[in-house]
This record gives sequence, C-alpha cells and structure tokens, in this order.
Amino acid sequence: MEQALTFFFEYKEAIFIIALSVFVGIEVISNVPAVLHTPLMSGANAISGVIIVGGIILVGHADLTTFSLNLVLGILALVFGTLNVVGGFAVTDRMLEMFKKKKK
Amino acid sequence: MDKILGTINGMDFTIGDSLLELSYLIAALLFVYGLKLLSHPATARRGNLWAAGGMGLAMITTLLLHKNAEGQGISHTNIWIILAFIGIGSIIGWIVARKVKMTAMPQLVSLFNASGGAASMLVSLLEYPNAIAGDINSILVTILGLVIGSIAFSGSMIAYGKLDGKVGDIMKPFMTYLNLFLLLLTIALSVYIIISPNPPTDLIWAIYALMVLSLVYGVMFVMPIGGADMPVVISLLNALTGIAAAMAGFIYGNQAMILGGILVGAAGMILTMLMCKAMNRSLLNVIIGSFGGGGAVGIAHEQGTIKEIQLSDAAVLLSYSQKVVIIPGYGLAVAQAQHIVHELDSLLESKGVDVKYAIHPVAGRMPGHMNVLLAEADVPYEQLVEMDAINPDMPNVDVAIVIGANDVVNPAAYDDPSSPIYGMPIIDAHFAKNIIIMKRGMGKGYAGIENYLFFNDKTRMLFGDAKSSIQKLVNEIKSM
Repeated sequence: MEQALTFFFEYKEAIFIIALSVFVGIEVISNVPAVLHTPLMSGANAISGVIIVGGIILVGHADLTTFSLNLVLGILALVFGTLNVVGGFAVTDRMLEMFKKKKK
Repeated sequence: MDKILGTINGMDFTIGDSLLELSYLIAALLFVYGLKLLSHPATARRGNLWAAGGMGLAMITTLLLHKNAEGQGISHTNIWIILAFIGIGSIIGWIVARKVKMTAMPQLVSLFNASGGAASMLVSLLEYPNAIAGDINSILVTILGLVIGSIAFSGSMIAYGKLDGKVGDIMKPFMTYLNLFLLLLTIALSVYIIISPNPPTDLIWAIYALMVLSLVYGVMFVMPIGGADMPVVISLLNALTGIAAAMAGFIYGNQAMILGGILVGAAGMILTMLMCKAMNRSLLNVIIGSFGGGGAVGIAHEQGTIKEIQLSDAAVLLSYSQKVVIIPGYGLAVAQAQHIVHELDSLLESKGVDVKYAIHPVAGRMPGHMNVLLAEADVPYEQLVEMDAINPDMPNVDVAIVIGANDVVNPAAYDDPSSPIYGMPIIDAHFAKNIIIMKRGMGKGYAGIENYLFFNDKTRMLFGDAKSSIQKLVNEIKSM
C-alpha cells in the first residue's frame, strides 16, 4: 500500500494526464453516429501517427556520419510514421469530402 | 531562441524550450478539438483538418526547437535528411490515399495503422539502449511501447491480408492455448528485462527476442479471428497503436505524443465497444473467436427450395410497389454497383415509389463503410435509414431488395441458438411482403454460414453480378 502511494505521488502528473485524456477521449466520441464510424476510426488512426514526433527526435539527434543498422531503422520509423500521418489524414479527408458533396 | 529564461530542478530552460512545450499543448488541444468535430457529420471534415494542423505544428516545432539531454538542437544536416524522408513518406502516403478504391478503404486504414505500429516498435527498440539500468519506469514504458507497437504492426498486417483476401482464416482449437502460452511468454520476458539489474546494453539480445515474440503473437492473435470480425479487430489494433505511441511519448517525456496517443487509445477502445455492441458480442468473445470456423456444424433446419425470379417480373413487382427498401451489403461494393443502384432508386422514385436504404451498423467491412460508399454515388443522406429506425416499418414494406448482403439479414440470428451469429441484431428483411435477393451464386456469407432467408416462401432469387443484374433491371423498368 505504501509503495503504491509512493508510486502515485512520484508519477502524479503522468497519472493525471492519462486519467484525464482517457476521459476526454471517451467523452468526445461516445455520441458519434454510426455513419461516421469509419471516418472517425481513420482520423483517430492518423492522430496515432503522432509517433512521428518520436521518429523526428530519434533521427534528429542521430549521428549521420557513420552508417549503422540503427540509423536505417530510425529512418524507417520516420517514413512509417509519415505514412500513417499523411496517408491517414488524406484518406479521412477523401471519405468526408464525399459526405459534403451530396449535401449540395 | 537560446536566451535562458530560468532554471528548474537545476536545468536551464530557454525561450525555445518553452515555445516547444506550448506548441505541444496547442497540438494536443487541436487533437481533442479535431476528434470532437469529427464526431458530427456537418463538421467532420474541418475536424480532420484541425487535427492534421495540430500534427503539422508538433512536427515543425520539434524539428526546429527540440534539444537532446545535452542541450543540443537538431543540426541543419539532420533537418534536411528528416525533411527528405518525410517528403518521401508523404508522397507515398498521399498517392495511396488518393488512388485507393473506396471499397478497399478498410484495408488501407489497417495498412496505415500497421505503419504507425511499426514506427512505435522501432522508436522503442532504438531508445531501449538509452534507458537507465534499474530505472524501472523508463524501461517499463520502452518495453510496453515495443510490445504493443509490434503486436499492432503484425496484427494489422494480418488484418489487412484478411480484408484483401490474401490471408484465410486459420482456426484450430489448440490455437487458443498456443496464444495464451505466447502471451505469457511475452509477459515473462518483459518482466525479466524490466527487473534485470544488468544495463540495457547487455540485454540487446533480449529486446530483439521480445520484438520477434511480440510480432509472432500479433500474427497469431489475429489469425484465428473470422473475417466478419475484422472491423472490431482493426479498431482494437488502432487503439493499441495509440497506446504504443503514448508509451513512446513517455520515453521522451513528450506531452503531444502522450496526449495524442492516450486520446486515440481511449477513443479506439470506445469505438471497439460500440462495434461489439452493434454485433451483440463481447470483446472477449470476438478475440477468442467463435466465428470463422462456423458453418461446419450441420443444423437441422427446413431447407425448402430456392425460387428464382425473372427480370420482367421483378420490374413489374418493383414498379407497382409503394414502399421499397434496398439492403446493401459488401457484395454491392465489390461489384461497384452503388451508382447503378442509385439510378434504380431514382427511376423508382420517379414512378412514385418510396425508396429507402436500410443500413446495418456493420454493413460493408467497417461500421459506416456502406454510408461512405453510397455517399460516393450521390445517394441523398435522407434515404439512408439505420437498422433500428427501419425495422419497425419492415412489415409495411412491399419489396425488400437484398443486394450482396447476407449475414446482416440472416434470421438465424433470431431463432437458431447454434448459429455463430445468434443474437446479432439484423435487418428484418423477412418481415417484408416480398424479398428479392441479388446474389452471385449460392455461396455463404462472409461469416461462412447458411442463410435461411433464401428458402423463405416470400423470397425470390436473382442470380448474377449485382451491377449487370441491376443494369438489366433498370432497362426493363424503363421499357415498361
């Protein structure tokens, strides 16, 4: 018990962030109509591409003068992350474009 | 940007550092705002753009302002290299996203999700040697990022293969135990790495072994799950990718990654639950997978006879109806028949027939997929009616046309407890006065089970490719 409380106190900021983001995530989409499930999933998927920030940090501070497996893997992470972000937002936009068109 | 503003915990921080954190806060708020707008039809497109804007902001400020532990920023050479590879990724992503057919949308989302998972896996893998020995928390988040990212990656690839028809369902009874064993092994190795007193650089073998193990588990996890359950699986894997990104965010103490990742994790889990609810199944039931292998079990049921309908009869029947309901399924999308269906409904409407589309929550390959496909064909929004809204009205419907749908109209969901889809809500096509079923042949539905609606007395079958059948039907009605 004491250990758990110590852990909580030590990481209180992280725990606050997690708890509140979970709540916001649930609250924001819980009333979504079924029509939008696919675009929403696709849009959320694009947001999970935020890992690209990690890729930028990784390659940003990498030593580019020597060739290594790690450098190749880091660059791969960057490209995969970009695919997720750009592809994800682009495809979501394309789906939603169709909804818009027929409203006219 | 190098002006030092002050010192916190013995670390100097500059204007640049503050601006970076501020931009992350704005990015995180844009993600929330974007998701919020995305859940309303009128604002969805703007929401997507806001979220994309937040992502762009986080990327640019990271590139310009991020500093490593030694306080060094990203050098110009590295910035150009990064921009070059982001450029390559963007071009590929953009082209794929623009070119893909709307019917292949679920596969593509799965593929993009896989690439996000792979990125999380690689970032965690490469950051592991930098974790501090004995600092359980930094190692814990790295391991979690690696394991969850790997599972999301390989699992999404299998889901992609299944949706694309490249991977079949493999379900053997022993697989449940094998999967449980793999999962336990993965957890055991993770715990070993986390509590090991050795410095991370001595455990590189273990981290690669853990990655391989997690990748295998991802494959084995999705493999036995039936094709009909793929939407739920993709949504679940999407939530996992979000959590993996958040874990990677903890490695860097990066608020944009943590918030964005957790947000997607939570939203993805809720979406998964909503989809399970639409199919009246529990998540556990989906994962353990009772689907897929179904159909082999013979059920004593009146088979009756199949009756076909002539095109001319169908044309007359439809033209003199008052109320017609079209029930579209994935077969319609595969045949690219959404445009010609719209022509059929306009033609009937011009003859004074009331035409509606009944949309099952999981019609197509993903919830809402059918709405996207029909929207592509300019079918007005008002004509699309959701299952719960149309079912009470079904007994008043003169003709229900089922086009390329199967499981979502299978009455076995009501009265056959031995059927794998028992309990799933369906569109009550069997209550309509007449039922026309357009089908390629007598094949089973995606869930691989027999449909008793075909043997119903009120049912007439119209065999053939949906697109050409409807085209002929349209011509027939026009010539009347």
